[in-house]
Parts: sequence; C-alpha cells; structure tokens
Amino acid sequence: MSNKIDHSMSLASPDALNITTKQKIALAAGLVGLFILILAIFNVDFPNRAVFLAVSLGLIIGGTAVYSREAYLTKLEGIKNDGVWFKSISSRGVLGWALGIFLTLFYIVLYFYPEFLGLGTNGAENTGLVALFDPLSNLLSGNNASQWFVYGTLYTVAILAFGYKFMLKYRHNRYQQLRTGSVMFFQTAFAFVIPELMARLNSDDFSLPYNDLKNMWPLNYYAFDQWRVDQFINAQTVGLFFLILGIVMVFVISPYLTYKYGKRWYCSWVCGCGGLAETAGDSFRQLSDKGVKAWKFERWMINSVLVFSIVTTVAVISTYLGYDSEKYWFTKGVFLISIGVFLTVLFAGILYYKREELNKSALRGAVGYYILTIAFLIFFSFFDLSQIKINASYFSFGLNQNTYNFDSALRSFYGFGIGSIFSGVIGTGFYPILGNRAWCRMGCPMATIMGIQQRLFSKFRITTNGGQCISCGNCSNSCEMGIDVRAYAQKGENIVRSSCVGCGVCSAVCPRGVLKLENDSMDGRINPTEVLLGNDVDLMDLLNKN
Amino acid sequence: MEHVVIIGNGISGVTVARHIRKNSDKKITIVSAETDYFFSRTALMYIYMGHMKFEHTQPYENSFWKKNRIELKKGFVETVETASKTLRFAGGDTLQYDKLVIATGSKPNKFGWPGQDLEGAQGLYSKQDLDSIERNAPDNKTCKRAVIVGGGLIGIELAEMLNSRSIPVTFLVREDSFWNGVLPKGESAMINRHIKNHHIDLRLSTNLKEIKSDENGKVKSIVITETGEEIECNVVGLTAGVAPNIDFIKTSNIETNRGVLVNRQLETNIPDVYAIGDCAEQRDGGIGQRRPIEAVWYTGRMMGEVLAQTICGNTMEYKPGHWFNSAKFLDIEYQTYGWVFAKPRENEAHFHWKHDDDTKCITVCYSTTDNTFLGINTFGIRMRHETFDRWLTEKRDVDYVIKNLKEANFDPEFYKHFEKEIIATYNNQLQTV
Repeated sequence: MSNKIDHSMSLASPDALNITTKQKIALAAGLVGLFILILAIFNVDFPNRAVFLAVSLGLIIGGTAVYSREAYLTKLEGIKNDGVWFKSISSRGVLGWALGIFLTLFYIVLYFYPEFLGLGTNGAENTGLVALFDPLSNLLSGNNASQWFVYGTLYTVAILAFGYKFMLKYRHNRYQQLRTGSVMFFQTAFAFVIPELMARLNSDDFSLPYNDLKNMWPLNYYAFDQWRVDQFINAQTVGLFFLILGIVMVFVISPYLTYKYGKRWYCSWVCGCGGLAETAGDSFRQLSDKGVKAWKFERWMINSVLVFSIVTTVAVISTYLGYDSEKYWFTKGVFLISIGVFLTVLFAGILYYKREELNKSALRGAVGYYILTIAFLIFFSFFDLSQIKINASYFSFGLNQNTYNFDSALRSFYGFGIGSIFSGVIGTGFYPILGNRAWCRMGCPMATIMGIQQRLFSKFRITTNGGQCISCGNCSNSCEMGIDVRAYAQKGENIVRSSCVGCGVCSAVCPRGVLKLENDSMDGRINPTEVLLGNDVDLMDLLNKN
Repeated sequence: MEHVVIIGNGISGVTVARHIRKNSDKKITIVSAETDYFFSRTALMYIYMGHMKFEHTQPYENSFWKKNRIELKKGFVETVETASKTLRFAGGDTLQYDKLVIATGSKPNKFGWPGQDLEGAQGLYSKQDLDSIERNAPDNKTCKRAVIVGGGLIGIELAEMLNSRSIPVTFLVREDSFWNGVLPKGESAMINRHIKNHHIDLRLSTNLKEIKSDENGKVKSIVITETGEEIECNVVGLTAGVAPNIDFIKTSNIETNRGVLVNRQLETNIPDVYAIGDCAEQRDGGIGQRRPIEAVWYTGRMMGEVLAQTICGNTMEYKPGHWFNSAKFLDIEYQTYGWVFAKPRENEAHFHWKHDDDTKCITVCYSTTDNTFLGINTFGIRMRHETFDRWLTEKRDVDYVIKNLKEANFDPEFYKHFEKEIIATYNNQLQTV
C-alpha cells in the first residue's frame, strides 16, 4: 500500500516538493497577507488601515492566483487529482486536523466571542481585526464594520480566490467553469455588495433588513422572524416587494427551477454555502463518507432538521400573530390551519401519486415526520407559546442562564444548534475532516426540500452511459455528498438521488465517459437493470423485464 | 445444496456469483489468492497516483458478501482434480465443489527477455504488481528513470502513473506508431504526439534486448536491440500484452490451448466445469469478429451474467451484442462502438476527422458496398452507447450516422459541439472522392 506522506501545505500541485520558485514567492505573499490579519487580531494598530487591509486581501488573492496559475497552466488540460490522498492536508493528516481545529476555533470566536476579534460593544470603537475592516465597510455601507462584515468579506475573498483556482483546475470543462463563475458572482453581488449598498438607503424613518435575495427560507431560518417581517412591512412598497419575493422564491421560483434543472440550480450555482464548499472546499470533497451507515444517518439527520426548522418557524410566526394580531392580515388560527392543510395536501399528494417510488423505510419515515409535524401544529394552536417559560441553562450546559418564552427558546435553540454550530462550526470548520459538504448533506433544510422534489418531481438525473462503467470508483471518491455513484453506474442505472447537488465532478473525473448530468423527460428516469447494455439482447429482455 | 466454487474474484467471478445468488439459493464460494475482497483492477493506477486509496477501488462494502451469503476463501489453488471434484490449495487444504467456474484472468506476457525476472522488472496487473511498483518507484529519487516495454493500454497507464510522481519515463514501442495494430493511423499518430506532450520519451520501432542487473539482483539498465543503446533505469514495466493465467490447470484434464477451451455455453470439456473472462478461449474461434480470447472488463462481466443463467438451470449461449470498449490515454478519453480496424478491410472505408487542437478525433468505418455504418472510434468526445447500439442494430447507413451525430453526443453540458465541423469535413471528403 502507498505510504507516501507529503507534509507540504500545497492543495494544488501534485508534488509540492517540486514547487517552483514562483510558487514559493506566491505562497509567501499569501502568508504575509494572512499574517497582517493575524497581527490585527492581536491588536496591532496599523497606521493606515485602508492601505493595510487592501494589501492584506490583495496578497491573499494574488498569492493564491499566482500559485494556482503556476500549478495548472504549466500542465496540459485534464484531471488534476494527483496525490490528493497522499497530502496531509487533504487526507485527514496532521495538517488536515490542524486546519480543521483552527477553522473550528475561528467559528466559535466569530459566533460567540466577537469581542476577541475586536468588535466594539456598547458603543465602543472597534479595535483589532474588526477595526481593520472599518474603511471597507464605510466605503460600502457607510457604517463601521461588524464581525459579520469581516466574515462576509473573508468569505467572499475565499470564494473568489479559490474559485479562480478551481476554474484553472477545470479549464477543459465549461460546465465547471460556468458554475464556478456563477457562485463567484452570486456571492460577490448578492450576498456581499448589494446588501451593503442597500444599507445606504436606510434612514431614521426607512430601514430594510440586511437582505441577501438568494438566501431563502429555510436556509435563512430568520426569514420570517417578527423583527424582519416588521421591517419589511414598514419599508413600504420596497419592503413589501422583498417580503413577497421571499415567499414567491420558496413556493414558486425554487420549485419551478428544481423541476427543470434539479436542485443544482441553487446548491452548486447560486448558494453561498455551496459556493464556499465548491471553491475553498474543493480539496476536501473526497473525504465525505460513502458508507451505507453514513447514508442512513444522513436520512434521519437531514429530515429531522427540516421538521425542526418548519416547527420552529411556525412557532415563531404563530406566536407573534397571536399577541400582535392587529398588525397582520393573518390571525394565528388561520395561519396554523392553512399550514396544516397545505402540508396535508402536499403529503397526501406525494403518497398517492408517487406511491410506487417510495420504499417501505421512506414511507415509514415520511408518515412519522408528518404526524410529528401535525402534532406540533395542534399543540401550538392550543397554547400561547409566549406564556411558556423555558430556562435555557438546562439546554446549554449552564452557559446561558436566561429564561425564554417557548417560541423564542425554540428559535434560539435552532439558531444556536443548527444555524451556528451545525452550519458554521461543523459544516465549515470540519471541512478537512468530514469533507466540504457535511452541512449541505446532513443539515441544510433547504437542501432537504429541494432534494425531496429532485427525487420525485424533476427532470434532472445523472445518466449512465450504457455498459461502459469499469467500477473504478473515481466518481464515488469525488462525490462531496457521499453518494456511492459507482453503485448505480456499474449497474447501468441512472443516478437519481435527493442529495445530489449536481456539481458534475463525478462526470468530469470519469475516465470512460460514463456519466452525464441531464435534464430530460421524467419517464424512464429511474431505470434499475439486471443486465447491462452490450450483452445478448435475449438475456437483457429476459431479465430486465422481470 | 449445490456448491458452486469460483476461482478468481475479479469482475467475471464476482458477476457470476452475484447473478447466481439473485437466481438461486446455491452455496457460493469465491476463491482468490490475490486479495480478500473484489476490487476494480482498472483502478489500480489511481491508487499509485493518489487519486484514491485501495479501499475506494472495492465496489462493494465488506459486509456485502456475508449479507449475500457469498463465502470468500483466500488461497492459491495448486491443482484441480475433476474426477473427485476437489481443489487442492498451496497450504495443503482442499475444497469440494459441485460446479466449478474458472475465472482467473490474465498475467503479463514475458517473452524471455534476459533479466525479465529481476527485482524492478514487472507487469501491472495485480495488487501485488501495485505493491511492487510502490516499493521500487516510490519517488523520483529512488527511481531515477523507468523504462516501459510494450505500447498498449497498460503501458500507457503505467507511463501516466510514473509521470504523476515526476519519474522520467522511456517508453519502448515495437510498432512504428502507438497501438497501431488496433488504432487507425490518424488516431495512433495523435496519441504519439499526446504522449510526447507529456514529456514521455516515446521510442517507436524499438525493441528490448535485455535487462541488466546490479550486484543486488535489481534492475540497473536496459539495452535496446536496434541501436545497442543502454538506458539506466530502476524499474522496467513489462506491458506487452497479457495471457490467460491458467498454469495450475495444465496438470488437470481440463482442455486448454492458450486459454481454457470453452464452447458457446462457456462449458469446458469436463462436465460442471466452466471458464469465463480473460482466461477463457472460445473453442471454435472468436464469436463474430471477436477474438477467441477477450481480455476486456466488459466481456468478462457479460460472460458472468450469462453463465449464471446456465448454472441456475436456464442454459444459455454466450451471445454478446455489438462490440464496444473504452480506454483513456493520459488526458484523452477513447470509446469505440461497432468495428473499426486499424486498416479498412475489404469493402470497407474509413472517414476520419480530427480537431485542430490535436486532442479530439473520430474515425467512422462503413461498408463501401452499401454504405452501412460499421463502427466508430471517438477520442476526446464522449458518445452515447445506447444510441450507437441502436444504430448498429438498425443497420443505419453512414450518411444517417454523420448527420445525426449530435444525438449521440454525451459530453457534459455547455461543452463545445463539433458536429457541424464533422459534417462539413465529411461532405468535403465525399466530393473529392
């Protein structure tokens, strides 16, 4: 067995022992850029923050770009995966663990101790790292930076720098190039620049919430929180437009696009979480667990998160509709009944029209989750959640001593457990351990909704090319969602899986041209076979028709 | 309960086992001396290149075998006693069978070169070969140069592997162009250039005279027949084709030639003994235009699918459909459907198109008597198996195929299409003819 261990930090070059002088300079430049940020964390006060910030980010982006150009443009076009399982950083080696721990700690500080990054609290001036970003924040929104602005900037920088690297890596593959260009655009424009610029419109009597248009409920779990809905309603026509657009996105636009193209239209073309996973996280895609156990865990986990997310959102909305009823069109009762009717009709429709596509375990799970959800709705309709008090210390190892109303307790627990710990600390911090899509695969409720639709009502599939599969396993290995692609391909069967985000890398790395992402008719989309194309036609007829 | 014993856990043996299990309750045992579990032989190269680990090349989880009641026995069969239906293993133990399937695959050819058994001289076929190359060529300091002998599919894979670790490669090819016994001239020439673009030292029309040893019995250098040139190297890849791996059968009364001789039902001369995959040889010559021995992944799998029917009581002939195959030459993928021979045979003609970037081309073979489409080789453009299989069955003419080529395209979305260019070239060539 191969024991070649390479202790370099290189993510790109097959053998970093051979990195060129140019690459060494680029690596050094990038590290200097990073070092400026670290100095800022330790409260080094730079004389001209704007210049130092520009130099720092410029060196990071420029260093990555020069390094990647040297790594990929000096070679012929093709698949560049040499050594990914030898390198410490991309095969759960010491460097992988070190990076994982570093990222995890960064997320913990970001979410729970932003003052360590220099965030000024109670009106105090920003210091340290956050202060370093003040000039850029002022330039965009006119306000000083917050820890979220710092995070948003670094996030965008990572997607741009590593997106460029990914585009070079796949310069022979236009699907990969366009998709990466798309996530780079949506992150920079929709998640970063536009919301910051829109903040300039805010004044004393007009204020819009920070609104990343593409960030839909339920991925955006606070989309329908009272403060946000109130702000939208108070911001007259513009606000109302955004509020309605948010709802239309969830119930009309997303289902339509998912029907036409599969959930990839969002997950690997638009989404910010997906964007980071596909760019900065690309080097870790092979680390996702392809085992049957992981898949079973995934099914329970991700569907539970969806139910949790729906229940929490309904609890929050129904509570403020209850105690603040004169402000809204809906009353609590009407709201709960319409949600109940909607879910029942949807559920009954799926059971009736798709009964042949659901196996026993899927059916059992679906019925269980449905009953659970409806039970919560009934519970909410009989109790005023704002009157039920929960002491948070029981759920937070004593870290949080506050007492919450039931609805805000649910909301806080969701925000803490799912929004912060799962999607951030585990989802991204653990890239080098669990792979780059652990959150998307195990936790994202939006991915669950689109996934159910992708499995049952979509034209999208990965077509298997007749009998050409040689079971090599490159496809499964590179699947970031942990799908055992080969298990389907070697049976000549199309891949129709709810979790597939349509990144297209399985198709790219296949050495025999077996896989193709396609949108085609729904008939014959799922095609289990006994005998593959190429054998005796009588035998194929005999076995495949049984 | 009838006991079916299968020797060999490659794609043929595993396929027959799986299909017997689907159709019956028989006791099934797979014997292998190579590895504990089935792995994809075609993926060995990716382990050395660091794309995957060995366990990733195993298509089924380890629990699969127990769940499907397929027993696995690790051991090397020394002799087969067909009279008593007994296998004798190297360790001395024995195994009784009711039905025996021989699916032992191939072994690399060695043509009696001096020094061919030195440490560092090896083929690339088995897990043991992979371990050996990892030992002898872990990096470009231990292995300063490697020489590959034999210009076929395994040779070019080995070159790609060594290249991935920056080990300089000299590639000796007996023919005057790479794999031109199979590939038409234009394609073969394109691959020659592609190999050189990867900085591989390709030597055409060049033969190995001998491999020289250092004082420790390791490879030190090789000598070229034509020029007498001596090339220093630490590894010699012997990749001049493969032959059936059936030495252990020679002492039995199972009839063999180069491979184990079988009839169209894949039965040997001994009742209840069958042979499939690389090691089987069709007694009456190849089926259709196929060779009597087909050492190809796909045919091994197809024989397994068919034989399972026979063993389960539904006797069937091995009647493969239209020929297809695939490979990858460094960065260029290759697929073939139907028959395209290196030189058009009688009443056949080739249409060849090559893209300016020198990484994509197709060759279409058709009948000059009635214009029937006979086959296509495609390089750098993926094509749909199902479409060509149908066109071959429907006996479409070549005009139809060229005009509808777009329907067969299987490249990823947003890729550039070349059908217009191909049609234009096709029309031009027809006018000049």
